[in-house]
Amino acid sequence: MFISPIKRTLGAAAIAMCASTAAFAEDVELQFYFPVAVGGAAADTIQALTDEYVANNPSVKIDAVYAGSYQDTVAKVLTAARGGDAPQLSVILSVDMFTLLDEDLILPFDDFATTAEDKEWLNGFYPSFMENSRTGGKTYGIPFQRSTPVLYWNKEAFKEAGLDPNTPPATWEEMVSMGKKLVKKNASGEVERWGVRIPSSGFPYWLFQGLSTQNDVILANNDGNKTNFDDPKVVEALQYLVDLSGKYGVMAPGIIEWGSTPKAFFEGQTAMMWTTTGNLTNVRKNAPFDFGVGMLPANKRRGAPTGGGNFYMFKGSTDAELKAAFDFIKWITGPEQSAKWTIATGYVAPRPATWETDAMKAYTADFPPALVARDQLEYAVAELSTYENQRITRIFNDALEAAITGKKTPEEALKEAQQKADAILKAYR
Amino acid sequence: MTRRIEWVHAWLLLLPAMVFLFTFTHLPAVRTIIDSFFSTARGRRKSVFVGLENYQQLIDDPTFWKVLANNLWFALGTIPTSIAIALVMALWVNEKLAGRSFIRMAYFTPTVLPLIAVANIWLFFYTPGFGLFDQIATGLFDTGQHNFLGNPDTALAAVMVVTVWKEAGFFMIFYLAALQTIPPSLLEAARVEGAGRWTIFWRVVFPLLMPTTLFVSVNAVINSFRLVDHLFILTGGGPNNASSLLLFYIYETAFRFWDTAYAATLTVVLLVMLSLLAIGQFFLFDRKVHYK
Repeated sequence: MFISPIKRTLGAAAIAMCASTAAFAEDVELQFYFPVAVGGAAADTIQALTDEYVANNPSVKIDAVYAGSYQDTVAKVLTAARGGDAPQLSVILSVDMFTLLDEDLILPFDDFATTAEDKEWLNGFYPSFMENSRTGGKTYGIPFQRSTPVLYWNKEAFKEAGLDPNTPPATWEEMVSMGKKLVKKNASGEVERWGVRIPSSGFPYWLFQGLSTQNDVILANNDGNKTNFDDPKVVEALQYLVDLSGKYGVMAPGIIEWGSTPKAFFEGQTAMMWTTTGNLTNVRKNAPFDFGVGMLPANKRRGAPTGGGNFYMFKGSTDAELKAAFDFIKWITGPEQSAKWTIATGYVAPRPATWETDAMKAYTADFPPALVARDQLEYAVAELSTYENQRITRIFNDALEAAITGKKTPEEALKEAQQKADAILKAYR
Repeated sequence: MTRRIEWVHAWLLLLPAMVFLFTFTHLPAVRTIIDSFFSTARGRRKSVFVGLENYQQLIDDPTFWKVLANNLWFALGTIPTSIAIALVMALWVNEKLAGRSFIRMAYFTPTVLPLIAVANIWLFFYTPGFGLFDQIATGLFDTGQHNFLGNPDTALAAVMVVTVWKEAGFFMIFYLAALQTIPPSLLEAARVEGAGRWTIFWRVVFPLLMPTTLFVSVNAVINSFRLVDHLFILTGGGPNNASSLLLFYIYETAFRFWDTAYAATLTVVLLVMLSLLAIGQFFLFDRKVHYK
């Protein structure tokens, strides 16, 4: 699986010997780690695209390694890099950018984008996806498998509750008032169907970031060294989330599982759910009723986080290898390839050009909900990302969970989280 | 000369086991202790000697105290329960009854299944609304939904139930084997003397099972610090660390936060605790154990 140091030295020597001829014409071997977060089709599609590239570029050999979940992938890359054997390229969570920078592992793409065409490509992504990919004026990540959360609603439940089945809630107030109508209780007063479901297990910060953005506040600065957890607007957003199950009684109390959320929606246990666009195909296949997909409701503004993985390039390889890696990334994010990827997985195509292809036009004509995520990008912001990202988000998650389960007030929980985050991040200011 | 050959021979026989013990147990343990006095190396900053700073951080870390307390509750809740259940099950399937081997197998099944797979099944059992427990509860008592895993007051208990279920069958096998080594003549003699069932169990069977109880309880204690696989599936340590255990926290610190130095410090605590427990058990408990 790994290229041995000897083999690599020989490879480097071979390249050095042939330096007089065009370096790119030499055979290069690339290692490409990728995670899969949404099931088998994704791995097959990546393999198929890689094979297609190799077929067209015989001088390049790409070893596409399925590395498990996002978590596993970053662990493998870090371990390999510490052993002096980093892959040339990998797809890793966009929010891990600061961690990778801190480990001094990744290269800015700007150094490779030398021609006018390259620069145009680099500027051709949706700006909201680039927010998580740039820092200090350099681009370290190329958006690839990116997503954003949307609102799914059960049209039959809406009809039953006397609401217009084609109009989802547009504001926080509407989500509460509609939610109240949608809650259905049985004879003994137990809830059979909740109004809305915002899952909070594992990584509650992601969907919460939808609420905080809608309340017009950003959770962390662009340098990744200062968080904003105890801002009154953040407290207000968390209070709203807590009130959904407390004061308003439109959402189940306690921590709500991510995994069983689509199932609860199919079973009619909730009339609306917030979840990732990555579930589009799943819901399309399995919902036994007519459903709608809409943007998340707005408060002070519309808003949603982005999520998912970016391409990164790693230090420690030869120029020829890196050049080939850059070329491959440019190719796979090209319109046609990216369209195939989006149609197979449901990830949001990260470039406007992709949406202009015939394949994407046919796909969205057949299944218009796929467009909702794209249209929402205009309002989307960077996913929470800082130095020591996993630890900071864990602190934030703990605070959210403490408030959701009623162990602390939103204000208390967030104040504590901000203090803990400050203690860690002050080293990076 | 011959003595020397014998000496070399003995070392050669010990060598393979020693090599493995040293490389995979002693060396990492020593390395961990050393690492706990250094800071975590990041790409841009080298690891430096920080003395007891990591230990200071540990004392000031509320999450550490939380997971430590959780782990003690977890041990208190799972060890006696699973041993008691194991003993009762073993006594029962040691009797002559119809379908005995089938029941034995049924009791042992949880041990054979991988914990990760089992945790996924329990996750379904616990799911609010359409999970097995809620379906039964709603069907019988009309009680509404229970969010066992999503409530900090019940999450740890829910995780403990899975552990007891998983462990009891394993311990039962040891008790069953021990029960079958008890000579029937002892029981017959007791019966001739007019001892009742309870007296026989308490005065004859239970003392003879003490070596097994010691072995099982050492294992149970170790497992209560070692078994965290199901946490990944069931709760991820949440909500707000309500169900997180020490080893799970070590994993998170080392492989999610990449703070290897602090993870090493936590590991030292775990190591010291386990050593103390093992020593305590063998030296104190051992006196009360009746070997033949």
